[in-house]
Amino acid sequence: MVEVLAERFNYAVIIILMMVGLYAVIATGNLVKRLVGLSIFQTSVFLLYISMSKVFGGAPPIFDYKEMAYDKLDPNAIYSNPLPHVLILTAIVVGVATLSVGLALVVRIREAYGSIEDDTLAEADYSLELEKGV
Amino acid sequence: MSASDITQYFDYIFMAMLLCIGIAVIRLRNLFAVVMLTGAYSLISAAWFVSLDAVDVGFTEAAVGAGISTVLLLGAMLLTSREADKTSLTRHAAAAVVTIAAGVALFYALGDMPIYGDAASAANTGVGMEYVNLTAEQIHIPNVVTAVLASYRGFDTMGEVFVVFAAGLGVALLIGLGGSKRKED
Repeated sequence: MVEVLAERFNYAVIIILMMVGLYAVIATGNLVKRLVGLSIFQTSVFLLYISMSKVFGGAPPIFDYKEMAYDKLDPNAIYSNPLPHVLILTAIVVGVATLSVGLALVVRIREAYGSIEDDTLAEADYSLELEKGV
Repeated sequence: MSASDITQYFDYIFMAMLLCIGIAVIRLRNLFAVVMLTGAYSLISAAWFVSLDAVDVGFTEAAVGAGISTVLLLGAMLLTSREADKTSLTRHAAAAVVTIAAGVALFYALGDMPIYGDAASAANTGVGMEYVNLTAEQIHIPNVVTAVLASYRGFDTMGEVFVVFAAGLGVALLIGLGGSKRKED
């Protein structure tokens, strides 16, 4: 048990960071703060993936340009795994795209309701429904 | 002591800083402080990415995560409100229940994760290392991450471009590029 944890200490801390982000999402009614929590959660997931690709004693997956040009690359050189890096590069850009859509929704909600606290929004919706007699 | 051991000590510092920022974000109600702390969170995780040998991810996170996201959040905060309401105790309790349940489930799965830094783990022996071996002769550029992003997995990147386009379109439709017209009505 202790050994499992010691060999995977990074992941354990990153799980705690993810849960901190999730807590920030749930424990607030403010929509902007909720999106902040979501982006913390997201960044922690990126950290989880990149931690997996780390190889001890390895270099970043970039070759020496001169060695490559003269075909003298060291076949025994150790590099960290480039695949998670690529996936997370894509995820970072997509994350910003979704964040911007979320924030645009928040701005529209504020225009329509005059508030971004979800308790107030729920009350406004409820009284609207009462007026309509739904 | 090998070089990898030294970067591990950096990791501990980054972990402590990230945890402090995360807890501060939960506790603070001033949205300006919360947004700036997210920027700091992204920047510190960018530094951690560099220490984990993911230099491309590090500078993308620093530019996009710490830069553009923070600017977007700041703009949205200025257009909406500066202060978050106090959170009720029931909501805190609900959040605690959900996070503890999810956290316990994740910790239960922790033993199945590959050992940190292990070159022989299943995550690090598959197709990823194949790309490292093939890039020099097939793509002829020194950066393996760029080769995979733009060539081996070019379709993924094209999908990403579509997502960014759709998001831009969504924002334009939601906020409206001709905002002055609505006021005239």
